[in-house]
Amino acid sequence: MTLTAPTTTGPRAVSPPPALRRAWRKASPYAYLAPFFTLFAAFGLFPLLYTAFVSLYRVELQTPGEMEWRGLGNYTALLGDSYFWTALRNTFTIGVLSTVPQLVMALGLAHLLNYRLRGRTFFRTAMLLPYATSVAAATLVFAQLFGRDFGLVNVVLGLVGIDPVDWQTGTVASQVAVSTIVIWRWTGYNALIYLAGMQSIPRELYEAAEMDGASRWRQFWHVTLPGLRPTIVFTVVVSTIGATQLFGEPLLFEGSVSGGISHQYQTLGLYLYEQGWGFFHLGRAAAIAWVMFLLILLVVGANALIVRRRSRKEAGR
Amino acid sequence: MPTARAAGRTAGAAGKAAVRLGAVALAGVLLAACGGSPDGASDSAGGEVTLTVDLFGSFGYQESGLYAEYEKLHPGVTIKQTDTEDEADYWKSLQTRLAGGGGLADVQAVEVGRIASVAQQQADRFEDLRKHGADKLKSQFPEAKWTAATGKNGEVLGLGTDVGPEAMCYRSDLLAAAGLPTDREELARKWSTWDGYLDLGRQYKAKAPAKSAWLDSVGSLYSVMIGQQKERYYDASGKLIWDTNPALKTAWDTSVTAAHDGLSAKLDQWSPQWNQAFTAGSFATLPCPAWMLGYIKGQAGDAGKGKWDIAKLPGGAGNWGGSYLTVPRAAKHKKEAYELIAWLTAPAQQARLFQKQGSFPSATAAIGQIAGATDPYFSGAPIGSIFGDAAKAAPVQVLGVHDQSVAQQITNALGEVERKGTDPEAAWANARKGVENTIG
Repeated sequence: MTLTAPTTTGPRAVSPPPALRRAWRKASPYAYLAPFFTLFAAFGLFPLLYTAFVSLYRVELQTPGEMEWRGLGNYTALLGDSYFWTALRNTFTIGVLSTVPQLVMALGLAHLLNYRLRGRTFFRTAMLLPYATSVAAATLVFAQLFGRDFGLVNVVLGLVGIDPVDWQTGTVASQVAVSTIVIWRWTGYNALIYLAGMQSIPRELYEAAEMDGASRWRQFWHVTLPGLRPTIVFTVVVSTIGATQLFGEPLLFEGSVSGGISHQYQTLGLYLYEQGWGFFHLGRAAAIAWVMFLLILLVVGANALIVRRRSRKEAGR
Repeated sequence: MPTARAAGRTAGAAGKAAVRLGAVALAGVLLAACGGSPDGASDSAGGEVTLTVDLFGSFGYQESGLYAEYEKLHPGVTIKQTDTEDEADYWKSLQTRLAGGGGLADVQAVEVGRIASVAQQQADRFEDLRKHGADKLKSQFPEAKWTAATGKNGEVLGLGTDVGPEAMCYRSDLLAAAGLPTDREELARKWSTWDGYLDLGRQYKAKAPAKSAWLDSVGSLYSVMIGQQKERYYDASGKLIWDTNPALKTAWDTSVTAAHDGLSAKLDQWSPQWNQAFTAGSFATLPCPAWMLGYIKGQAGDAGKGKWDIAKLPGGAGNWGGSYLTVPRAAKHKKEAYELIAWLTAPAQQARLFQKQGSFPSATAAIGQIAGATDPYFSGAPIGSIFGDAAKAAPVQVLGVHDQSVAQQITNALGEVERKGTDPEAAWANARKGVENTIG
């Protein structure tokens, strides 16, 4: 019992019996973590498992009493469902259209902010403003800007002699418009994360590079980028998850659950919502939810694999 | 399809109960996540009752002062209203709340396109108003309006508010600018048929002011035309017949012609662009059921006063829409809610609402009272006789559970033809695929 007495000896006014204290010391981390896991079990795990259960049945919201066993029918139906494939393709293209420019721009902005600038704090705070705006507000404003007849974007395009673009109806046009909202909201957020990463890169590296006569561009390329690699991986993973779940922007862009008259910008999240809350097919919506979940696991897993292989290569060099 | 589902295997009773509980929890979680639940809290401390009323579109109870008067007549009653612009949005959130059984208003409005779903699928979630004495109101309403809200076992699930007799609203200033007649009698003669209407449209297009089209959208043309039919998506036996119904095909073809001839402003009804177009004068005519008058006044505002006028609809009388007031079974103050809806749907109040807002009464006695009504906003048009004649001649429509969803798919497909130039055959195939996806 007293074999592992605490090494710090000294007078203590009131101390609980050692056995109890040791038990507490062992258990306390779990106790501190418990609230999270309780909440997760109630609002994360239970819905997850329940969704899996529902996805095996035909359930309609209006008549939840009539459940019909379908087995994997809801999943196999997705394979032959052209709307599902359209949504998957749209999710991918909108994901690329929004993530790539967003991260590239964020890197550039972070690099600029990393220099000594007048009013640096102001710019850094301003970067976060779009992120602090609600999706609904941002999307409604952008929907006005991208209006076909009275939108500001078309007015500006008209000044340089370009015919008005129907941003809602065209496939490419609507996807670009939706991506613009995503880019606008998240670029600043990612830039701040990059900035934090850049500040952990030792200054001496830059000083050494400067002494070697490296231009700022070369400094960015040979000092900043390698130092930022873990941060970049993090933002890529987070952005990918965000892109896979993209929902609010396309939903509010035109206010349609079907993602435009011919599903031209319907994402997987929106298709799930249309099935569940537009048509009330809860079973089918649950199956889509699970497919999305698995897709995210797959994408994140692939990401991790690539990163690990790269860093192993680096280590072997 | 409902029949296929009933024939299929169903889970055991215990499983059913568990699933229903789970569905409730799931819906609750999602609802909480959306944050879209209107404030359902109402306290009745000390005899004070707060009644919540959930509506869509523009009912105009608030605007016409009916709530204020009711509160004066019933001290202790306060009425709180929530209102969703788009009918499809309110229906989604209503279904979610019904499944969860929480956050429901005391009074719930239901559109006629959904009333079959309430009567056939969800009778157990709405209060049977016979309990409160609704039986004796039956003689106030036309037979068809009453039976549509009657459940399988004779439950009375809602009281009729308005109906949607159709006419054609138009901007006389735009017509004059294009050199067309502006007199409502003369126009009605010229567009007595839909072909005549499209002909005038072509003349309008030839001389129209810049950025102005004949019609707002081919979707609204289709909707008003299908409203002239007795059978639309279902036949009287309850079978889905939309893709073989010749009347529907005619409405589709006419809409496609209008799209190909470039007669529409290519707008999506209820979208922000559509709303903006009311003030910009982007279209000269708008097929309008009576309830649309309130919407036009709201969107076009004071600047539109006297510019608008109303004429008879081409191709005969029709009905588009109309609503019911119901009391969900989970409502907190069912008795008081019933008293409110009985008062709001009584002939005197329906007649007043028409004068103020244009919603055409469903109560038989009210129709007589308003025969001479005119509307200064619409250049003094005799709305009482125009909509009254249409209401008398409109067919009694066959309603089905999925009416609204099928209509949405067809309107979407027409939008593809109109805005993307999709081949009509391909668009029709898309509509068919969409309907299967919706109902299946």
